Amino acid sequence: MKNVSRIIPCYAADTSGVCSALYELGGMTVVHDASGCNSTYSTHDEPRWVDMKSNIYISALTELDAIMGNDEKLINDAVSAGHDKAPEFITVCGSPMPMMTGVDFDAVAHEIQSKSGIRTFPLHTNGTHSYINGASEAFLEIVREYAQPCDRVENGVNVLGLTPLDFPLGADKHIKKWLGDNGFECICTLAMGDSLENVKKMASAAVSLVVSYSGLAAAQLLKDRYGIPFVVGVPYGLEFPYDLAGAMLVSIESREDSFYCAAHGGSNDIVIIGESVSAASLACAIEADRNVKCSVLSPLPTDARILADGDSELYAEEDIERYISQRMPAAVIADPLYKYIVPKKVKFINLPHFAFSGRCYQKHMKNMICCDLKEILR
Amino acid sequence: MSDALTKDRPREIRIADADIGGIFPSGLEYNPPARGMWNIVHTGMLVPGAHEIFACAQGCLRGVILTAAEMFELDRMSWISVSEEDMFDGTLESDIIDGVVEIIERLRFHPPVVLLYLSCIHLFAGVDFEMITDELSKRFEDICFVDCYMTPTMRTTVSPVMKMSAQIYGALKPLPLNKRAVAIVGNDRKTDEDSELVRIIRQNGFTLYDISYCKTFDDYLKMAEASVNISYIPTGTLAGETLSERFGAKHLHIPASYSFKTIKENYKALCKTLDVDMPDFSEDIEKAEQALSDALTIIGDTPIAIDYTAVTRPFELARLLCEHGFNVSYVVADSAANESEAFEWLKINNPDLLIYSPVNVNMLEMPDEEHEKILAIGQKAAYYFATDNFVNIIVGGGYYGFSGIRKIADLMADAFVNAKDRKEKLRLKGMGCASCL
Repeated sequence: MKNVSRIIPCYAADTSGVCSALYELGGMTVVHDASGCNSTYSTHDEPRWVDMKSNIYISALTELDAIMGNDEKLINDAVSAGHDKAPEFITVCGSPMPMMTGVDFDAVAHEIQSKSGIRTFPLHTNGTHSYINGASEAFLEIVREYAQPCDRVENGVNVLGLTPLDFPLGADKHIKKWLGDNGFECICTLAMGDSLENVKKMASAAVSLVVSYSGLAAAQLLKDRYGIPFVVGVPYGLEFPYDLAGAMLVSIESREDSFYCAAHGGSNDIVIIGESVSAASLACAIEADRNVKCSVLSPLPTDARILADGDSELYAEEDIERYISQRMPAAVIADPLYKYIVPKKVKFINLPHFAFSGRCYQKHMKNMICCDLKEILR
Repeated sequence: MSDALTKDRPREIRIADADIGGIFPSGLEYNPPARGMWNIVHTGMLVPGAHEIFACAQGCLRGVILTAAEMFELDRMSWISVSEEDMFDGTLESDIIDGVVEIIERLRFHPPVVLLYLSCIHLFAGVDFEMITDELSKRFEDICFVDCYMTPTMRTTVSPVMKMSAQIYGALKPLPLNKRAVAIVGNDRKTDEDSELVRIIRQNGFTLYDISYCKTFDDYLKMAEASVNISYIPTGTLAGETLSERFGAKHLHIPASYSFKTIKENYKALCKTLDVDMPDFSEDIEKAEQALSDALTIIGDTPIAIDYTAVTRPFELARLLCEHGFNVSYVVADSAANESEAFEWLKINNPDLLIYSPVNVNMLEMPDEEHEKILAIGQKAAYYFATDNFVNIIVGGGYYGFSGIRKIADLMADAFVNAKDRKEKLRLKGMGCASCL
């Protein structure tokens, strides 16, 4: 069965993707849920929870309110909290129970906004999809709501799809430095280390850099609305960042999009399991720095244009286990919790992924942006 | 510090102004990063050899799986995720059965017990849980399937923690009741061996069972011979009642208390039930009084904050400490169930005591505010009052009776003198469990 796992975890869910994407933007996110979403997110999916405060709450849905369809309580509680916390905006999203009872989040958001006077928008999660879906919709809507027409910055760059679910804390600083070193000006890093004020300026960018699949929809919106082309990739390793910067210059010039991370070999020497843009970019980086061919196994939603020939999309534990067993690559690079389903004969290289193993290996997470990969691949 | 005048939903209230029937109105909830309390995964792992299988949506699965991962028990946990389609295509039951069968076939052994957890959406959809466990029992005759529930939406009816505390005994099979065997049930930790409770049981020659003593599944099965099941924390009562219904054993609920009077009544009930002589507790009471006095000498008039996760009766503990001269200024709790006497006493005798809501949205910034030196009892109090001087226990810490009061007083004195690494202590899930962090 596709939805069964004997031992490996599941990835963070869509509600966590929403909360993570909007965490630093000064809004208030309300997950319509009884209890679990908040503790799961704040314990396992959010490394900023203790040191950086954010208005992320649950509605504390009860059996009676669910049965009676008491959406009024959610609305009134959100309005009350909006009064007390004065957020820049409010988002409401859902978990499995509201899906079952058919809560109309568009209407709920409309009511909250009209009663509170605070801009409110709905996000359509239900706890059954991956964090990629939630973060993707959150980035899309925040850009749709707040990016405003403004003068073009010729070397301006938006970075899209940056959350701690996919990147270690501090990744925003490394990307900003890399951009600066290559003559670019960072407009906004959506959404680590940045603010809603800079989201408003995103239309001034000359190019968008999509660093995870969750940033692609927002990049496409910026393209459609403001003609800003996008390049997909993460500047991992030593050589690949130069190539990626070059691709961004070409994109600015040509106004063409580039799925630059798809330019890897797709061979079975090394299989990288992970978020597609990160994994494909790492494949490019390893090929550039180490001259070893890699393929990507994406267990998360992605776009075929991000992947190369020979890459795969597999979601179920048994399919991933069979794929690795049949191909027997020289090495697998993946989160340590994948080790349970990789044959012992295959060399396993740990690459902790917060969206998969949460806090378990957080202290072992390493920055790979503009870094020699020798230590990581050792 | 007060936000009562500016906020729509103030985070605190003077006890003199509080209504025990509803101290705070319900609203949106914040989740503070104090992780010591156990959840249903931790509790299920107390059953030796049990394999836990969760069937629920990805968002709900995530927390339970990583709970197991952090405690190095991932190989005792499997899951079946429920998609949108599953909920509407009439396959909810068959998906669970097929999923469990597949998981068991892929395990390299048959566990003696499978704890099968369904979620809120299954119960709302009217899933026939009994049919599922019956069908699975037919297919795997050597495995005991126990119905378990991850149903936070129903928490106001029966809390998942209380239900789980009962279901962990679900794999017990009837044995002839042994009049010389008693069990403490419904706890997630051992009861302190120094407590008068354990002493009375052991010194009178009774065999004492507790699931936390069990190393093997056979050890666990022996619990069914207990003729008396004792519960003393509120979430343990269902376990005692259920075992009475199933096996005919007597259930004795003697609530963990910080009232000398209640403790005496509890021991009287215990001795009567066990048909043993009531010991003389003078020395135990004297030691407890002395420990409180010693702690007061050290702590002085430093304000004390108590939270509901540290002890099951925070207001009763507050009263005890006030009566012994301590400056209890804050309680973090949103209800005072079973504590009306202490609550009313505090209203009159310490009317300015502030009750803080543990989940109010306006608690978010509280740790970042400036605080006087405070001694906290409990993780949430430590977090909100940003103090490294705290007693790090949950659910009473396994302490009970007069010795429990003595030990908590000792812990208070120690915590006042010796600061703890708050961030490190509070991040660990399931106090007492192994952790990879």
